[in-house]
Amino acid sequence: MAAAVEVHDLQKRYGTLAAVDGIDFTVSPGTVFAFLGPNGAGKTTTTEILEGLRNRTAGTVSVLGLDPWSQGVALHRRIGVIPQDFRFFEKITPKEAIEYYRTLFHTVRDPHALLERVELADKANARFESLSGGQKQKLGLALSLVNDPEICFLDEPTTGLDPHARRSIWAVIRALRKEGRTVFLTTHYLEEAELLADRVAIIHHGRIIASGTPNEIIEKYGGPERLRVEAPPSLASYLTTKLGIPASAEDGRVEIELHSKEDALKVLSTIDASGIPWHGFETRHDTLEDVFVRLVGQMDEGALRSEGSA
Amino acid sequence: MNPRRIGADFRITALSYFRNPVALFFSLIFPIILIGLFGLIFSATGTTAVNLAVLNEDHNSPESVAFLHALNETKLVKVQVESVAPSDFSSWLGQNDYPVGLVIPAGFQSNYTSHTSTNVTLFTDPQDASASGEVEFAVTGVANQFNLDAACGSTTCAPIIGIAGASVGSAVYTYIDYLIPGLIGFSILTSPMFSMVDITSSYRKEGIFRELSLTPLTRAEWLTSRILWYTLLTFVTAGIMIGAGAYLFGAHVLITAQLVPFLIAGPFLFVALGMLAGSVARTPESAALIGNIITFPMMFLSGTFFPVSSFPSGLQEFARILPLYYVIDGMNQVMLFSNTARAFTDVVVVLAIALVFFVLSIRLFKWRDE
Ligand SMILES: Nc1ncnc2c1ncn2[C@@H]1O[C@H](COP(=O)(O)OP(=O)(O)OP(=O)(O)O)[C@@H](O)[C@H]1O
Ligand SMILES: [Mg+2]
Repeated sequence: MAAAVEVHDLQKRYGTLAAVDGIDFTVSPGTVFAFLGPNGAGKTTTTEILEGLRNRTAGTVSVLGLDPWSQGVALHRRIGVIPQDFRFFEKITPKEAIEYYRTLFHTVRDPHALLERVELADKANARFESLSGGQKQKLGLALSLVNDPEICFLDEPTTGLDPHARRSIWAVIRALRKEGRTVFLTTHYLEEAELLADRVAIIHHGRIIASGTPNEIIEKYGGPERLRVEAPPSLASYLTTKLGIPASAEDGRVEIELHSKEDALKVLSTIDASGIPWHGFETRHDTLEDVFVRLVGQMDEGALRSEGSA
Repeated sequence: MNPRRIGADFRITALSYFRNPVALFFSLIFPIILIGLFGLIFSATGTTAVNLAVLNEDHNSPESVAFLHALNETKLVKVQVESVAPSDFSSWLGQNDYPVGLVIPAGFQSNYTSHTSTNVTLFTDPQDASASGEVEFAVTGVANQFNLDAACGSTTCAPIIGIAGASVGSAVYTYIDYLIPGLIGFSILTSPMFSMVDITSSYRKEGIFRELSLTPLTRAEWLTSRILWYTLLTFVTAGIMIGAGAYLFGAHVLITAQLVPFLIAGPFLFVALGMLAGSVARTPESAALIGNIITFPMMFLSGTFFPVSSFPSGLQEFARILPLYYVIDGMNQVMLFSNTARAFTDVVVVLAIALVFFVLSIRLFKWRDE
């Protein structure tokens, strides 16, 4: 099946700044693709190029087989978009907004059903200016669905939402996927990407630094499993000298890497034998967030080093 | 161009408008305030008396002298009795720089005492609308007083002293008559210009245009819906102004279907110009600046508050390059002078400029960044 989104060597320059610096990726139809990255990484720039809202400096882009910039009119009938910081006419209510879009797209959508779907039905007749940030975002989501899109582009749809509202947006995204739509999502919340996405790409300074399924990324870039106990820092040095495995102490916790099952038993018995008071142990894997923080951190350090040496 | 989409956008525009008290004030209340303000300043409170040349053909009969005395008493005019051949009076006034003249007809006294109607003739210069307005106000007031004094006992009788007008044209114009087409022009200019400049730049900043670009609505449709909306507003505003002028100051302008082309072509022109100004600017602030630079000269120099013909000739030349001049001149032609031919030329000029601005603004105005 042809890819829903195909990007090859995409570049976008603002003067000397390479906001997007040669990225490649593919999104398969019917999947959720999450684009992760710190502030200013180039997520919105990339997303808007895919939506046909910005032109690119170089590279090829195909969305549903169309060139978003030159074939935007045809593309826009088939995609749904929530921009980051969605804004609308201040004096217009969600119900009127949906009726407006419905007429523009010439579709028959029940405004009430759409608002129910994003849990905004109770604000159907409130003016946009009086909606909370999360409610505005929900209206953006509802509007993006008016034309029954094949691909939904959601630029940080849950930023600033309370945990409940985030979960309701997640439910909508899952439902969209179930209906066979493709979802292109940007987010700062690693947990969100891990929960929702089939594939993830991490972008930093305009370059993709890691991509794959969340598990693939964790496996490839994540560290080994670790054991964590609450104990004073002296335990860390004790373990290091005793076992020869690096241990670290932070915030009243001591953490040590486990490379095998035997390690776990050895570590626990050594801790117990140390005579240092400890309690509450847990083992944990790297999450996408750990990987993200580590990868981005490494890149920034690398950049600092090369700047320093230059 | 799809009428369904234009209609949907028109509805959203109208709803936004009705929910915005400031916008409502400026289109419904402000016109009345303008008319009231300028009407009061220039037609009723004349602070300096206007020299009124009078030809008394009733040979200083006591009633005619009393009439002139009463006129002087209004302090609005200063009567100067002249002796000129009646047939030369009109041109004599022009040569001697009198903006207004009055003829008391022969038989004034005998007609007055016998309750036979008689007309004094007021010569006015439409180019000096404020003087004409003051004098007409004074003469009407005094004539009314005389008519009341002569009331035929308990029975009411028709007014005796009437006022006939004479001038370059055929009607008597008061300043307020002139003011009405001028102020309609003023609102045709300001209401679309200010809000289009504002909307165009702030919608872009807020990303609302980007939103709209993702729908099938086209820029031409969006602009058309605005033009329709401001045309509707202009009709309402013009109606209010004509009504307020007539009710408050007894303005008499011709309400004619020939006005309609101007009430459509005018908003068309300034919606397109406002969008053009808003789209060449990069920020809302610079848009407002560009908008003001375009709007302010037109606001005062196109015949809005004072007839262009009363300007020094250099300024008159300048006025002719201002698009609003043709809107107001055309409305003057149809509302005051019934000069259809000249009005037709005016409307063609307005439409031509409007089309150019429309095409330019559609080309320059982008929903999305490059
Ligand atoms: N119109 C523009 N002109 C100049 N520079 C721009 C423009 N748009 C974006 N940039 C720059 O490009 C870079 C990428 O911006 P972008 O908005 O894509 O980041 P982002 O990943 O979406 O960040 P955030 O998480 O904060 O939304 C930033 O350094 C930004 O300053
Ligand atoms: Mg962004």
